[in-house]
Amino acid sequence: MSGSEPLLRAVGLTRHFRIGGFFRPQALHAVDDVDFEIGRAEIVALVGESGSGKSTVARLLARIYRPTRGEIWFDGREIAGLRSRKQKLSYASEVPMVFQDPFSSMNPAYRISHGIERGIKLHRPDLARRERDAEAERVLDAVGLVPASETIHRFPHELSGGQRQRVGFAQALAFRPKLIVADEPVSMLDVSIRIGILNLMSELRERQGVSFLYITHDIASARYIADRVLVMYGGHLVEEGTTEEVLQRPKHPYTQLLVAAVPDPRAPLGIADASDTGEPPRVVDPSEGCRFAPRCPLAFDRCRVETPLRREVGAGRQVACHAAEPDELLRETA
Amino acid sequence: MADRLLEVRGLRVAYASDRGPVIPVDSVDLDLDRGEFLAIVGESGCGKSTLLYAIARLLGPPNAGEIIGGSIVFRGQEMATLDEQHLRHIRWRELSVVMQSAMNALNPVLSIGSQLEDACRAHSTMGKREIAERSQDVLRLVGIDPIHLRSYPHQLSGGMRQRAMIAMALLFTPDLVIMDEPTSALDVVAQRSLMKQIRELQDRLGFAVVFVTHDMSLVSHFSDRLVVMYAGEIVEVAATRQCFDNPLHPYTQGLLDAFPSIRGPKKHLLGIPGAPPDLARPPAGCRFAPRCPQRTERCETPPPVVEVDGDRVRCVLYDRAEVAV
Repeated sequence: MSGSEPLLRAVGLTRHFRIGGFFRPQALHAVDDVDFEIGRAEIVALVGESGSGKSTVARLLARIYRPTRGEIWFDGREIAGLRSRKQKLSYASEVPMVFQDPFSSMNPAYRISHGIERGIKLHRPDLARRERDAEAERVLDAVGLVPASETIHRFPHELSGGQRQRVGFAQALAFRPKLIVADEPVSMLDVSIRIGILNLMSELRERQGVSFLYITHDIASARYIADRVLVMYGGHLVEEGTTEEVLQRPKHPYTQLLVAAVPDPRAPLGIADASDTGEPPRVVDPSEGCRFAPRCPLAFDRCRVETPLRREVGAGRQVACHAAEPDELLRETA
Repeated sequence: MADRLLEVRGLRVAYASDRGPVIPVDSVDLDLDRGEFLAIVGESGCGKSTLLYAIARLLGPPNAGEIIGGSIVFRGQEMATLDEQHLRHIRWRELSVVMQSAMNALNPVLSIGSQLEDACRAHSTMGKREIAERSQDVLRLVGIDPIHLRSYPHQLSGGMRQRAMIAMALLFTPDLVIMDEPTSALDVVAQRSLMKQIRELQDRLGFAVVFVTHDMSLVSHFSDRLVVMYAGEIVEVAATRQCFDNPLHPYTQGLLDAFPSIRGPKKHLLGIPGAPPDLARPPAGCRFAPRCPQRTERCETPPPVVEVDGDRVRCVLYDRAEVAV
């Protein structure tokens, strides 16, 4: 991303949830001070374990939650400043979401056409009925559900999981989106089907110029389609960089653990024997300090009292860790 | 390890449906030695879970499946026709099951301790103190602090809940532990540490594992042998390493090609186009033929099971008699 304004920019994005009773109020820090950018026609993967706050980021972008602090700039406008219904609708149509579970995200009582055309009716009221039908067929065609004129009259139960997830993307496409937020779109699908959905996302980026925020805990699939990777841990963004950089030379100890844990059938036995206690981080009223420190093999005293800030460790490469070294140093020690 | 623990022959299971019987497990042969780790992989709906339930004799209402043929010999005893009373003696003591979703399998309103106690009372005559001791032992075994005997499932993380389930399965140190996708709700880091722990426990206690999963890469470093199922049939049985290095059946090849790799060169993957067949009306010939990139006319008749270097594969490509012609 050179110079020009990115499609989306999040600055100091924070979301806390109040939990506990009236007498013992606590704050769950789901997302804390997260900055990132998404360029035009770029696929950015957001990876992290369950509970790391990645879905909360998705929901903040989709305006399902309001941020506790921080700003989201989309196409040069701050989205908290969207006032009129028209502005909000237009944002919603430009940044649709695709959900994880294709089995529960569709109404079983209606045909496929219903979900797609309802969105079109709401977001593109200028289209006449016939045009709506044509548009619905166009998007079904674009996601590979051919023949579209037949699929459109099917019910969700007549489709397989992979096909349903394609319908999810078709619904999003009908809005003429600029950025699709895909929250674990393949994790419920069979392995043999997953790759088809990933290929579909790459294709939509190529042909329609759509950007994606691809949220996943499967970093191998992130490598397959994403240009850049953001790694979250315990509500913090701990590492960022181009996919190859981050996965081939992870700097943050958590990213290293994550990369080592990926089962790789092509690798010989017994490599990367990561030992790990696997305790989830404390995000309810957390104290200062790195949230990964209790699990971190490199942790020293400073990590427990001072939250590491993100710093530049190479071109477009950021990491939030006291122990991580910049590129040059690493090369010397290696 | 010539000590045979489980021998399944010609197993057939049927579910009733409005469109006639569905056969999710068709003529399955399976052998398992003592202390072996056998992984069964396949897509959802291929019958792998039904096969497990059949072996554990957990079919019947509400699942409403029925064994309609074949035999299951466990420790020299025929299981397929055993009555409930005898099954009670075998279940949990000699054969235990770890279910897929610990969140749903554990009772949310009972503490971990009382759920362990329940199992002990149902399957043994242990006294209160004995139960308490054994419960602490098994929790320690899976690396959970015994303090959690008083915890409720929601107080544990996903990984710990799954570990607690495994602890329960190990209460009586059974000969066989059947696991139905125990790691599918966990993230990669927790998955890996759980897999390692299962393998370590197995080495220590000597039980055999039948492990069902849809994620082939997960078991690549842990299982001894791999069974690949497709549409109710076993299409390939091979030593795990060999299966990954040199997959024989086109379906296995397709499955392996469906994984993006984290190392090495990036390449465009295709997965397996199409969807599995409707099991109420399976194709007459090879069930994989409609999706198979290497299909020929010969695939219209049921393929033979061929032995290749000690592996078994159900595919006409390896039929020597055919190749010779």
